[in-house]
Amino acid sequence: MLSREQVLHVARLARLELTDEEVEGFGGELSKITDWIDKIGELELADVRPTSHVVEVENALRADEPHESLDPALALRSAPDAADGGFRVPSPGAG
Amino acid sequence: MTGVLELSATEAIARVRSGDLEPGALWSAYRERAASEDLGALSWLADEAPEIAVDAPLGGVPVAVKDLFCTEGVPSQAGSRILEGYRPPYTATAVRNLQRAGAPMLCKTHQDEFAMGSSNENCAFGPVLNPWDRTRVPGGSSGGSAAAVAAGLVPWSIGTDTGGSIRQPAALCGIVGLKPTYGAISRYGMIAFASSLDQAGPFTRTVADAALLLGAMASKDDRDSTSLGLREPVRTPTATDLRGIRLGVPEELSGEGIETGVLENFQATLDRARELGATVETCRLPHAPHGLAAYYIIAPAECSSNLARFDGVRYGARVEADDLSSMYTGTRAAGFGAEVKRRIMLGTYALSSGYYDAYYGRAQKVRTKIAEDFDTAFGSFDFIVTPTAPGVAFELGAKTADPLAMYLNDYCTVPMSLAGIPAISIPNGLSDGLPTGFQIAGPAFSENSILDAAHALEAALGFDGSAARR
Repeated sequence: MLSREQVLHVARLARLELTDEEVEGFGGELSKITDWIDKIGELELADVRPTSHVVEVENALRADEPHESLDPALALRSAPDAADGGFRVPSPGAG
Repeated sequence: MTGVLELSATEAIARVRSGDLEPGALWSAYRERAASEDLGALSWLADEAPEIAVDAPLGGVPVAVKDLFCTEGVPSQAGSRILEGYRPPYTATAVRNLQRAGAPMLCKTHQDEFAMGSSNENCAFGPVLNPWDRTRVPGGSSGGSAAAVAAGLVPWSIGTDTGGSIRQPAALCGIVGLKPTYGAISRYGMIAFASSLDQAGPFTRTVADAALLLGAMASKDDRDSTSLGLREPVRTPTATDLRGIRLGVPEELSGEGIETGVLENFQATLDRARELGATVETCRLPHAPHGLAAYYIIAPAECSSNLARFDGVRYGARVEADDLSSMYTGTRAAGFGAEVKRRIMLGTYALSSGYYDAYYGRAQKVRTKIAEDFDTAFGSFDFIVTPTAPGVAFELGAKTADPLAMYLNDYCTVPMSLAGIPAISIPNGLSDGLPTGFQIAGPAFSENSILDAAHALEAALGFDGSAARR
Protein backbone atom coordinates (compact mmCIF):
# COMPACT_ATOMS: atom_id res chain seq x y z
CA MET A 1 0.00 0.00 0.00
CA LEU A 2 1.36 3.40 -0.98
CA SER A 3 1.42 5.73 2.00
CA ARG A 4 -0.21 9.14 2.00
CA GLU A 5 3.28 10.67 1.98
CA GLN A 6 4.32 8.62 -1.07
CA VAL A 7 1.21 9.64 -2.99
CA LEU A 8 1.77 13.30 -2.15
CA HIS A 9 5.44 13.04 -3.16
CA VAL A 10 4.52 11.56 -6.56
CA ALA A 11 1.79 14.17 -7.03
CA ARG A 12 4.34 16.91 -6.36
CA LEU A 13 6.71 15.43 -8.95
CA ALA A 14 3.81 15.27 -11.43
CA ARG A 15 2.64 18.84 -10.68
CA LEU A 16 -0.81 17.60 -9.74
CA GLU A 17 -2.90 19.06 -6.97
CA LEU A 18 -4.97 16.25 -5.44
CA THR A 19 -8.03 16.42 -3.22
CA ASP A 20 -7.99 14.41 0.01
CA GLU A 21 -10.35 11.98 -1.63
CA GLU A 22 -7.99 11.54 -4.59
CA VAL A 23 -4.98 11.03 -2.30
CA GLU A 24 -6.78 8.25 -0.52
CA GLY A 25 -8.13 6.70 -3.74
CA PHE A 26 -4.80 6.71 -5.55
CA GLY A 27 -3.05 5.10 -2.57
CA GLY A 28 -5.20 1.99 -2.89
CA GLU A 29 -5.54 1.96 -6.68
CA LEU A 30 -1.87 2.45 -7.45
CA SER A 31 -0.95 -0.25 -4.93
CA LYS A 32 -3.35 -2.67 -6.58
CA ILE A 33 -1.89 -1.90 -10.01
CA THR A 34 1.73 -2.09 -8.87
CA ASP A 35 1.07 -5.40 -7.06
CA TRP A 36 -0.18 -6.77 -10.36
CA ILE A 37 2.76 -5.25 -12.25
CA ASP A 38 5.17 -6.78 -9.70
CA LYS A 39 4.56 -10.13 -11.46
CA ILE A 40 7.28 -9.18 -13.93
CA GLY A 41 9.67 -9.34 -10.98
CA GLU A 42 9.45 -13.13 -11.28
CA LEU A 43 11.16 -13.14 -14.69
CA GLU A 44 14.88 -13.76 -15.11
CA LEU A 45 16.02 -10.66 -16.98
CA ALA A 46 19.59 -10.05 -15.80
CA ASP A 47 21.30 -10.30 -19.21
CA VAL A 48 18.49 -8.84 -21.30
CA ARG A 49 19.06 -5.66 -23.27
CA PRO A 50 16.30 -3.08 -22.63
CA THR A 51 14.18 -1.87 -25.57
CA SER A 52 13.32 1.82 -25.46
CA HIS A 53 12.31 2.00 -29.10
CA VAL A 54 11.45 -0.59 -31.73
CA VAL A 55 12.68 1.38 -34.71
CA GLU A 56 16.35 1.00 -35.37
CA VAL A 57 17.15 4.46 -36.65
CA GLU A 58 20.19 6.32 -35.54
CA ASN A 59 20.83 10.00 -35.98
CA ALA A 60 17.91 10.92 -38.20
CA LEU A 61 19.47 13.98 -39.79
CA ARG A 62 18.18 16.44 -42.34
CA ALA A 63 19.91 19.16 -44.31
CA ASP A 64 20.47 22.32 -42.28
CA GLU A 65 18.51 24.58 -44.57
CA PRO A 66 16.31 27.51 -43.59
CA HIS A 67 12.63 26.85 -44.09
CA GLU A 68 9.39 28.48 -43.17
CA SER A 69 8.40 28.08 -39.55
CA LEU A 70 5.32 28.77 -37.47
CA ASP A 71 4.41 32.45 -37.44
CA PRO A 72 4.89 33.81 -33.87
CA ALA A 73 1.48 35.49 -33.87
CA LEU A 74 -0.11 32.18 -34.81
CA ALA A 75 1.87 30.35 -32.12
CA LEU A 76 0.60 32.81 -29.52
CA ARG A 77 -3.01 32.67 -30.68
CA SER A 78 -3.90 29.73 -28.44
CA ALA A 79 -2.12 31.04 -25.34
CA PRO A 80 -4.24 31.67 -22.24
CA ASP A 81 -2.25 34.88 -21.67
CA ALA A 82 0.02 36.35 -24.37
CA ALA A 83 1.81 39.66 -24.03
CA ASP A 84 4.68 41.43 -25.82
CA GLY A 85 5.19 38.55 -28.25
CA GLY A 86 5.53 36.00 -25.45
CA PHE A 87 3.63 33.78 -23.03
CA ARG A 88 2.86 35.60 -19.77
CA VAL A 89 2.81 33.58 -16.53
CA PRO A 90 2.49 34.46 -12.86
CA SER A 91 5.70 35.13 -10.99
CA PRO A 92 7.55 32.01 -9.81
CA GLY A 93 8.46 33.85 -6.63
CA ALA A 94 5.11 35.18 -5.51
CA GLY A 95 2.61 33.43 -3.27
CA MET B 1 -29.25 8.86 -51.72
CA THR B 2 -29.29 5.97 -49.22
CA GLY B 3 -27.79 3.70 -51.86
CA VAL B 4 -24.67 5.84 -51.96
CA LEU B 5 -24.15 5.37 -48.24
CA GLU B 6 -24.05 1.60 -48.66
CA LEU B 7 -21.05 1.78 -51.00
CA SER B 8 -17.63 0.87 -49.71
CA ALA B 9 -15.03 3.61 -50.21
CA THR B 10 -13.47 1.61 -53.04
CA GLU B 11 -16.85 1.33 -54.78
CA ALA B 12 -17.60 5.03 -54.25
CA ILE B 13 -14.24 6.00 -55.76
CA ALA B 14 -14.94 3.81 -58.81
CA ARG B 15 -18.30 5.58 -59.33
CA VAL B 16 -16.68 9.00 -58.99
CA ARG B 17 -14.05 7.95 -61.55
CA SER B 18 -16.62 6.72 -64.02
CA GLY B 19 -18.62 9.93 -63.67
CA ASP B 20 -21.65 8.22 -62.10
CA LEU B 21 -21.22 10.03 -58.79
CA GLU B 22 -20.32 13.63 -57.98
CA PRO B 23 -17.94 14.00 -55.00
CA GLY B 24 -20.17 16.88 -53.83
CA ALA B 25 -23.24 14.62 -53.79
CA LEU B 26 -21.34 11.98 -51.81
CA TRP B 27 -20.23 14.63 -49.32
CA SER B 28 -23.78 15.97 -48.90
CA ALA B 29 -25.24 12.50 -48.39
CA TYR B 30 -22.73 11.70 -45.68
CA ARG B 31 -22.95 15.13 -44.10
CA GLU B 32 -26.70 14.76 -43.73
CA ARG B 33 -26.26 11.28 -42.25
CA ALA B 34 -23.54 12.43 -39.84
CA ALA B 35 -25.54 15.50 -38.73
CA SER B 36 -28.37 13.27 -37.54
CA GLU B 37 -26.18 10.86 -35.54
CA ASP B 38 -27.29 10.05 -32.00
CA LEU B 39 -24.35 7.98 -30.74
CA GLY B 40 -22.33 10.90 -29.38
CA ALA B 41 -19.56 9.85 -31.76
CA LEU B 42 -18.74 13.22 -33.31
CA SER B 43 -16.91 16.14 -31.73
CA TRP B 44 -17.06 18.38 -34.81
CA LEU B 45 -18.80 18.38 -38.19
CA ALA B 46 -17.65 20.31 -41.27
CA ASP B 47 -20.04 22.84 -42.81
CA GLU B 48 -18.79 23.09 -46.32
CA ALA B 49 -17.46 20.63 -48.85
CA PRO B 50 -13.91 21.36 -49.92
CA GLU B 51 -12.97 21.45 -53.60
CA ILE B 52 -12.08 17.96 -54.74
CA ALA B 53 -10.42 17.05 -58.01
CA VAL B 54 -12.38 14.20 -59.59
CA ASP B 55 -9.14 12.42 -60.49
CA ALA B 56 -7.81 12.50 -56.89
CA PRO B 57 -6.72 8.98 -55.82
CA LEU B 58 -9.31 8.82 -53.01
CA GLY B 59 -12.05 10.38 -55.15
CA GLY B 60 -13.35 12.83 -52.54
CA VAL B 61 -14.64 10.07 -50.25
CA PRO B 62 -14.97 11.85 -46.87
CA VAL B 63 -13.16 10.67 -43.76
CA ALA B 64 -13.66 11.01 -39.99
CA VAL B 65 -10.64 11.91 -37.87
CA LYS B 66 -10.00 11.12 -34.20
CA ASP B 67 -10.06 14.20 -31.98
CA LEU B 68 -6.35 13.95 -31.07
CA PHE B 69 -5.10 14.68 -34.59
CA CYS B 70 -4.23 18.36 -34.80
CA THR B 71 -6.28 19.95 -37.56
CA GLU B 72 -5.75 23.60 -38.43
CA GLY B 73 -8.51 25.86 -37.13
CA VAL B 74 -10.67 22.88 -36.11
CA PRO B 75 -11.16 21.83 -32.45
CA SER B 76 -8.53 19.22 -31.51
CA GLN B 77 -9.11 18.36 -27.88
CA ALA B 78 -7.90 14.78 -27.42
CA GLY B 79 -11.07 14.18 -25.39
CA SER B 80 -9.77 16.43 -22.61
CA ARG B 81 -11.09 19.48 -20.74
CA ILE B 82 -7.56 20.83 -20.67
CA LEU B 83 -7.74 21.27 -24.47
CA GLU B 84 -11.40 22.26 -24.67
CA GLY B 85 -11.93 24.44 -27.74
CA TYR B 86 -8.25 24.26 -28.76
CA ARG B 87 -7.85 25.03 -32.47
CA PRO B 88 -4.30 24.18 -33.58
CA PRO B 89 -2.34 26.36 -36.00
CA TYR B 90 -1.31 23.35 -38.11
CA THR B 91 -2.52 19.98 -39.41
CA ALA B 92 -1.13 16.51 -38.63
CA THR B 93 0.85 14.93 -41.47
CA ALA B 94 -1.43 11.87 -41.67
CA VAL B 95 -4.50 14.10 -42.14
CA ARG B 96 -2.64 16.34 -44.57
CA ASN B 97 -1.67 13.26 -46.62
CA LEU B 98 -5.34 12.22 -46.80
CA GLN B 99 -6.47 15.68 -47.84
CA ARG B 100 -3.87 15.72 -50.60
CA ALA B 101 -4.99 12.28 -51.77
CA GLY B 102 -8.57 13.50 -52.00
CA ALA B 103 -10.15 12.28 -48.75
CA PRO B 104 -11.52 15.46 -47.12
CA MET B 105 -12.28 15.60 -43.40
CA LEU B 106 -16.03 15.47 -42.82
CA CYS B 107 -15.95 15.25 -39.04
CA LYS B 108 -13.89 14.59 -35.94
CA THR B 109 -14.63 11.90 -33.41
CA HIS B 110 -14.71 11.50 -29.65
CA GLN B 111 -12.15 9.35 -27.85
CA ASP B 112 -10.94 8.42 -24.40
CA GLU B 113 -9.04 11.35 -22.92
CA PHE B 114 -5.52 11.40 -24.41
CA ALA B 115 -6.28 7.90 -25.79
CA MET B 116 -6.24 6.38 -22.30
CA GLY B 117 -9.06 3.90 -22.07
CA SER B 118 -10.74 0.89 -23.65
CA SER B 119 -14.38 1.99 -23.59
CA ASN B 120 -14.52 5.68 -24.58
CA GLU B 121 -16.00 6.38 -21.14
CA ASN B 122 -12.93 8.45 -20.21
CA CYS B 123 -13.94 11.16 -22.70
CA ALA B 124 -14.48 14.53 -21.01
CA PHE B 125 -17.33 15.26 -23.43
CA GLY B 126 -19.46 12.19 -22.77
CA PRO B 127 -19.38 8.53 -23.80
CA VAL B 128 -19.92 7.17 -27.31
CA LEU B 129 -22.58 4.48 -27.76
CA ASN B 130 -22.09 1.23 -29.68
CA PRO B 131 -24.37 1.21 -32.76
CA TRP B 132 -24.99 -2.54 -32.30
CA ASP B 133 -26.44 -1.95 -28.82
CA ARG B 134 -26.75 1.55 -27.43
CA THR B 135 -26.45 0.37 -23.82
CA ARG B 136 -22.89 -0.79 -24.57
CA VAL B 137 -19.49 0.80 -25.17
CA PRO B 138 -17.86 0.99 -28.62
CA GLY B 139 -14.44 0.17 -27.16
CA GLY B 140 -11.58 2.60 -27.01
CA SER B 141 -9.70 4.66 -27.15
CA SER B 142 -10.68 5.41 -30.78
CA GLY B 143 -14.34 4.58 -29.99
CA GLY B 144 -15.86 7.50 -31.89
CA SER B 145 -13.98 6.68 -35.09
CA ALA B 146 -14.99 3.01 -34.85
CA ALA B 147 -18.65 3.72 -34.04
CA ALA B 148 -18.86 6.29 -36.86
CA VAL B 149 -17.78 3.76 -39.49
CA ALA B 150 -19.89 0.92 -38.02
CA ALA B 151 -22.98 3.16 -38.01
CA GLY B 152 -22.32 4.36 -41.56
CA LEU B 153 -21.80 8.03 -40.59
CA VAL B 154 -18.65 7.93 -42.74
CA PRO B 155 -17.28 5.31 -45.12
CA TRP B 156 -13.94 5.29 -43.30
CA SER B 157 -12.06 6.98 -40.48
CA ILE B 158 -8.69 7.18 -38.81
CA GLY B 159 -7.64 6.55 -35.24
CA THR B 160 -4.55 5.77 -33.20
CA ASP B 161 -3.42 2.59 -31.49
CA THR B 162 -1.04 2.57 -28.52
CA GLY B 163 -1.95 -0.78 -26.96
CA GLY B 164 -5.03 -1.76 -28.96
CA SER B 165 -6.96 1.50 -29.44
CA ILE B 166 -7.72 0.77 -33.11
CA ARG B 167 -8.03 -3.02 -33.06
CA GLN B 168 -10.21 -3.41 -29.94
CA PRO B 169 -12.90 -0.84 -30.93
CA ALA B 170 -12.86 -2.24 -34.48
CA ALA B 171 -13.61 -5.68 -33.00
CA LEU B 172 -16.34 -4.37 -30.68
CA CYS B 173 -18.00 -2.42 -33.52
CA GLY B 174 -17.75 -5.12 -36.22
CA ILE B 175 -15.44 -3.32 -38.66
CA VAL B 176 -11.85 -3.55 -39.95
CA GLY B 177 -9.09 -1.81 -37.97
CA LEU B 178 -5.39 -1.84 -38.82
CA LYS B 179 -2.43 -0.87 -36.66
CA PRO B 180 0.53 -0.56 -39.03
CA THR B 181 4.20 -1.16 -38.25
CA TYR B 182 5.51 1.46 -35.83
CA GLY B 183 6.90 4.30 -37.94
CA ALA B 184 4.80 3.64 -41.06
CA ILE B 185 2.72 6.76 -40.49
CA SER B 186 4.08 10.07 -39.22
CA ARG B 187 3.16 10.97 -35.65
CA TYR B 188 3.58 14.69 -36.39
CA GLY B 189 0.47 16.48 -35.15
CA MET B 190 -0.85 13.51 -33.16
CA ILE B 191 -1.28 14.68 -29.58
CA ALA B 192 1.11 12.27 -27.88
CA PHE B 193 0.25 9.60 -25.33
CA ALA B 194 3.17 7.11 -25.36
CA SER B 195 5.55 8.06 -28.14
CA SER B 196 7.35 4.72 -28.53
CA LEU B 197 3.99 2.97 -29.07
CA ASP B 198 1.56 5.48 -30.66
CA GLN B 199 0.69 4.64 -34.25
CA ALA B 200 -2.12 5.91 -36.50
CA GLY B 201 -4.19 3.65 -38.71
CA PRO B 202 -7.44 3.18 -40.63
CA PHE B 203 -10.97 2.01 -39.71
CA THR B 204 -12.98 0.72 -42.66
CA ARG B 205 -15.84 -1.58 -43.61
CA THR B 206 -13.67 -3.69 -45.91
CA VAL B 207 -10.06 -4.88 -46.01
CA ALA B 208 -9.58 -3.36 -49.48
CA ASP B 209 -10.60 0.05 -48.11
CA ALA B 210 -8.09 -0.34 -45.26
CA ALA B 211 -5.32 -0.96 -47.81
CA LEU B 212 -6.32 2.14 -49.73
CA LEU B 213 -6.43 4.40 -46.67
CA LEU B 214 -3.18 3.02 -45.24
CA GLY B 215 -1.38 3.68 -48.51
CA ALA B 216 -2.54 7.30 -48.49
CA MET B 217 -1.69 7.92 -44.81
CA ALA B 218 1.81 6.42 -44.72
CA SER B 219 4.91 8.50 -45.34
CA LYS B 220 8.38 9.21 -44.12
CA ASP B 221 8.17 12.69 -42.66
CA ASP B 222 10.97 15.13 -41.82
CA ARG B 223 8.83 16.32 -38.93
CA ASP B 224 8.83 12.89 -37.22
CA SER B 225 12.35 11.48 -37.10
CA THR B 226 10.99 8.05 -36.07
CA SER B 227 8.81 7.82 -39.18
CA LEU B 228 9.91 5.39 -41.87
CA GLY B 229 6.97 5.16 -44.24
CA LEU B 230 6.37 1.73 -45.79
CA ARG B 231 9.02 -0.25 -47.65
CA GLU B 232 6.77 -1.01 -50.60
CA PRO B 233 3.58 0.54 -51.97
CA VAL B 234 0.38 -0.83 -50.45
CA ARG B 235 -1.28 -3.17 -52.95
CA THR B 236 -4.99 -3.77 -53.35
CA PRO B 237 -5.47 -7.15 -51.65
CA THR B 238 -6.65 -9.83 -54.07
CA ALA B 239 -5.96 -13.18 -52.35
CA THR B 240 -8.88 -15.61 -52.34
CA ASP B 241 -7.21 -18.45 -50.48
CA LEU B 242 -4.56 -19.10 -47.84
CA ARG B 243 -2.65 -21.87 -49.60
CA GLY B 244 0.81 -22.33 -48.09
CA ILE B 245 0.11 -19.86 -45.27
CA ARG B 246 1.21 -21.01 -41.81
CA LEU B 247 -0.88 -19.58 -38.95
CA GLY B 248 0.45 -19.71 -35.39
CA VAL B 249 -2.06 -19.66 -32.54
CA PRO B 250 -0.30 -18.59 -29.34
CA GLU B 251 -1.64 -20.67 -26.49
CA GLU B 252 -1.02 -17.76 -24.11
CA LEU B 253 -3.47 -15.49 -25.99
CA SER B 254 -6.17 -17.88 -27.10
CA GLY B 255 -7.53 -19.62 -24.03
CA GLU B 256 -7.70 -18.39 -20.47
CA GLY B 257 -9.54 -15.11 -19.96
CA ILE B 258 -11.30 -15.17 -23.34
CA GLU B 259 -15.14 -15.31 -23.32
CA THR B 260 -16.62 -18.57 -24.63
CA GLY B 261 -18.53 -16.97 -27.52
CA VAL B 262 -15.44 -15.09 -28.71
CA LEU B 263 -13.38 -18.27 -28.51
CA GLU B 264 -15.98 -20.30 -30.45
CA ASN B 265 -15.97 -17.76 -33.28
CA PHE B 266 -12.17 -17.76 -33.25
CA GLN B 267 -11.99 -21.55 -33.51
CA ALA B 268 -14.59 -21.57 -36.29
CA THR B 269 -12.51 -19.09 -38.28
CA LEU B 270 -9.41 -21.24 -37.80
CA ASP B 271 -11.40 -24.04 -39.44
CA ARG B 272 -12.29 -21.73 -42.33
CA ALA B 273 -8.61 -20.81 -42.65
CA ARG B 274 -7.76 -24.53 -42.95
CA GLU B 275 -10.42 -24.92 -45.63
CA LEU B 276 -8.78 -22.03 -47.49
CA GLY B 277 -5.48 -23.94 -47.46
CA ALA B 278 -3.69 -22.61 -44.37
CA THR B 279 -1.94 -24.77 -41.82
CA VAL B 280 -2.89 -23.91 -38.25
CA GLU B 281 -0.68 -24.88 -35.32
CA THR B 282 -0.32 -23.91 -31.70
CA CYS B 283 2.72 -21.78 -30.92
CA ARG B 284 4.28 -20.15 -27.88
CA LEU B 285 4.78 -16.51 -26.97
CA PRO B 286 6.06 -17.26 -23.45
CA HIS B 287 6.43 -13.61 -22.39
CA ALA B 288 3.14 -12.35 -23.86
CA PRO B 289 1.24 -12.79 -20.57
CA HIS B 290 3.63 -10.23 -19.07
CA GLY B 291 2.99 -7.77 -21.89
CA LEU B 292 0.15 -6.03 -20.15
CA ALA B 293 2.17 -5.38 -16.99
CA ALA B 294 5.12 -4.07 -19.01
CA TYR B 295 2.76 -1.93 -21.07
CA TYR B 296 1.17 -0.42 -17.95
CA ILE B 297 4.61 0.77 -16.87
CA ILE B 298 5.98 1.93 -20.22
CA ALA B 299 2.85 3.72 -21.49
CA PRO B 300 2.15 5.63 -18.23
CA ALA B 301 5.85 6.48 -17.91
CA GLU B 302 5.89 8.00 -21.38
CA CYS B 303 2.53 9.69 -20.79
CA SER B 304 3.72 11.29 -17.56
CA SER B 305 6.51 12.90 -19.56
CA ASN B 306 4.43 13.80 -22.65
CA LEU B 307 1.60 15.33 -20.65
CA ALA B 308 3.98 17.60 -18.74
CA ARG B 309 3.42 20.07 -21.60
CA PHE B 310 -0.13 20.77 -20.45
CA ASP B 311 0.69 23.45 -17.93
CA GLY B 312 -1.57 26.38 -18.79
CA VAL B 313 1.18 28.35 -20.53
CA ARG B 314 1.09 27.88 -24.32
CA TYR B 315 -2.36 26.48 -25.09
CA GLY B 316 -5.43 25.03 -23.48
CA ALA B 317 -7.09 25.87 -20.20
CA ARG B 318 -5.47 27.76 -17.32
CA VAL B 319 -6.56 28.07 -13.71
CA GLU B 320 -5.29 31.45 -12.57
CA ALA B 321 -3.17 31.58 -9.41
CA ASP B 322 -0.82 34.02 -7.69
CA ASP B 323 2.32 32.00 -8.31
CA LEU B 324 3.56 29.83 -11.17
CA SER B 325 3.65 26.53 -9.29
CA SER B 326 0.06 26.87 -8.08
CA MET B 327 -1.01 27.81 -11.61
CA TYR B 328 0.56 24.57 -12.93
CA THR B 329 -0.88 22.26 -10.29
CA GLY B 330 -4.30 23.92 -10.27
CA THR B 331 -4.57 23.88 -14.07
CA ARG B 332 -3.63 20.20 -14.29
CA ALA B 333 -5.93 19.24 -11.41
CA ALA B 334 -8.91 20.91 -13.11
CA GLY B 335 -8.02 19.92 -16.68
CA PHE B 336 -7.25 16.19 -16.44
CA GLY B 337 -9.79 13.46 -15.80
CA ALA B 338 -9.44 10.62 -13.29
CA GLU B 339 -7.82 8.01 -15.59
CA VAL B 340 -5.30 10.49 -16.98
CA LYS B 341 -4.32 11.51 -13.44
CA ARG B 342 -4.05 7.83 -12.48
CA ARG B 343 -1.68 7.12 -15.36
CA ILE B 344 0.39 10.25 -14.77
CA MET B 345 0.72 9.21 -11.12
CA LEU B 346 1.59 5.62 -12.06
CA GLY B 347 4.16 6.71 -14.65
CA THR B 348 5.73 9.31 -12.40
CA TYR B 349 5.99 6.72 -9.62
CA ALA B 350 7.56 4.15 -11.98
CA LEU B 351 10.16 6.69 -13.09
CA SER B 352 10.89 8.10 -9.66
CA SER B 353 14.18 7.68 -7.86
CA GLY B 354 14.47 4.27 -6.22
CA TYR B 355 11.80 2.63 -8.40
CA TYR B 356 13.12 3.26 -11.92
CA ASP B 357 15.12 0.01 -12.25
CA ALA B 358 12.47 -2.18 -10.65
CA TYR B 359 9.70 -0.87 -12.89
CA TYR B 360 10.72 1.01 -16.02
CA GLY B 361 14.05 -0.81 -16.47
CA ARG B 362 12.46 -4.24 -16.07
CA ALA B 363 9.52 -3.35 -18.32
CA GLN B 364 11.90 -2.40 -21.13
CA LYS B 365 13.60 -5.78 -20.79
CA VAL B 366 10.25 -7.57 -20.92
CA ARG B 367 9.61 -5.60 -24.11
CA THR B 368 12.79 -7.07 -25.59
CA LYS B 369 11.72 -10.61 -24.61
CA ILE B 370 8.29 -10.12 -26.20
CA ALA B 371 9.83 -8.88 -29.45
CA GLU B 372 12.17 -11.90 -29.40
CA ASP B 373 9.21 -14.25 -28.87
CA PHE B 374 7.58 -12.85 -32.01
CA ASP B 375 10.85 -13.12 -33.98
CA THR B 376 11.12 -16.78 -33.01
CA ALA B 377 7.48 -17.44 -33.87
CA PHE B 378 7.82 -15.78 -37.28
CA GLY B 379 10.63 -18.22 -38.01
CA SER B 380 7.97 -20.95 -38.22
CA PHE B 381 4.78 -19.02 -39.02
CA ASP B 382 3.69 -16.35 -41.50
CA PHE B 383 1.18 -14.84 -39.08
CA ILE B 384 0.19 -14.99 -35.44
CA VAL B 385 -3.59 -15.01 -35.00
CA THR B 386 -5.65 -14.39 -31.87
CA PRO B 387 -9.08 -13.14 -30.84
CA THR B 388 -8.77 -9.32 -30.92
CA ALA B 389 -10.49 -8.58 -27.61
CA PRO B 390 -11.22 -11.05 -24.82
CA GLY B 391 -14.95 -10.21 -24.86
CA VAL B 392 -17.75 -8.51 -26.75
CA ALA B 393 -18.79 -4.90 -26.13
CA PHE B 394 -19.65 -4.51 -22.43
CA GLU B 395 -22.35 -2.36 -20.86
CA LEU B 396 -21.66 1.29 -20.13
CA GLY B 397 -20.35 1.61 -16.60
CA ALA B 398 -19.57 -2.11 -16.22
CA LYS B 399 -15.81 -1.64 -15.79
CA THR B 400 -15.35 2.01 -14.85
CA ALA B 401 -14.89 1.26 -11.14
CA ASP B 402 -12.10 -1.27 -11.68
CA PRO B 403 -9.08 0.02 -13.67
CA LEU B 404 -7.48 -3.44 -13.80
CA ALA B 405 -10.59 -5.07 -15.33
CA MET B 406 -10.57 -2.31 -17.96
CA TYR B 407 -6.86 -2.81 -18.70
CA LEU B 408 -7.45 -6.54 -19.41
CA ASN B 409 -9.26 -5.54 -22.62
CA ASP B 410 -5.83 -4.97 -24.17
CA TYR B 411 -4.52 -8.43 -23.28
CA CYS B 412 -4.34 -9.74 -26.86
CA THR B 413 -3.33 -6.48 -28.57
CA VAL B 414 -0.60 -5.07 -26.32
CA PRO B 415 2.15 -7.61 -27.20
CA MET B 416 2.12 -6.51 -30.88
CA SER B 417 2.29 -2.86 -29.83
CA LEU B 418 5.32 -3.52 -27.62
CA ALA B 419 7.04 -5.31 -30.53
CA GLY B 420 6.06 -2.54 -32.99
CA ILE B 421 4.63 -5.04 -35.48
CA PRO B 422 1.52 -4.61 -37.66
CA ALA B 423 -1.80 -6.28 -36.86
CA ILE B 424 -5.30 -6.10 -38.26
CA SER B 425 -8.67 -6.90 -36.71
CA ILE B 426 -11.41 -8.12 -39.02
CA PRO B 427 -15.05 -8.81 -38.13
CA ASN B 428 -15.40 -12.40 -36.96
CA GLY B 429 -19.12 -12.98 -36.61
CA LEU B 430 -21.46 -12.21 -33.76
CA SER B 431 -21.70 -13.62 -30.26
CA ASP B 432 -25.10 -12.98 -28.65
CA GLY B 433 -25.77 -10.39 -31.34
CA LEU B 434 -22.53 -8.48 -30.73
CA PRO B 435 -19.44 -8.39 -32.98
CA THR B 436 -16.19 -10.21 -32.25
CA GLY B 437 -12.81 -9.68 -33.91
CA PHE B 438 -10.10 -11.87 -35.43
CA GLN B 439 -6.56 -10.47 -35.16
CA ILE B 440 -3.81 -11.21 -37.69
CA ALA B 441 -0.28 -10.03 -36.80
CA GLY B 442 2.81 -10.29 -38.99
CA PRO B 443 6.46 -9.23 -38.96
CA ALA B 444 7.38 -5.54 -39.31
CA PHE B 445 6.39 -4.14 -42.74
CA SER B 446 4.33 -7.21 -43.70
CA GLU B 447 1.20 -5.07 -44.25
CA ASN B 448 0.66 -6.29 -47.82
CA SER B 449 0.69 -9.95 -46.78
CA ILE B 450 -1.52 -9.27 -43.75
CA LEU B 451 -4.04 -7.43 -45.94
CA ASP B 452 -4.06 -10.30 -48.44
CA ALA B 453 -4.70 -12.90 -45.74
CA ALA B 454 -7.36 -10.70 -44.15
CA HIS B 455 -9.01 -10.22 -47.54
CA ALA B 456 -9.21 -13.97 -48.18
CA LEU B 457 -10.71 -14.59 -44.74
CA GLU B 458 -13.11 -11.65 -45.05
CA ALA B 459 -14.57 -13.11 -48.25
CA ALA B 460 -14.89 -16.56 -46.68
CA LEU B 461 -16.57 -15.20 -43.53
CA GLY B 462 -19.00 -12.92 -45.36
CA PHE B 463 -19.71 -10.75 -42.32
CA ASP B 464 -22.76 -8.50 -42.70
CA GLY B 465 -22.50 -5.29 -40.68
CA SER B 466 -25.55 -3.58 -42.18
CA ALA B 467 -27.63 -4.05 -38.98
CA ALA B 468 -25.51 -1.37 -37.27
CA ARG B 469 -25.98 1.12 -40.12
CA ARG B 470 -29.77 1.36 -39.89
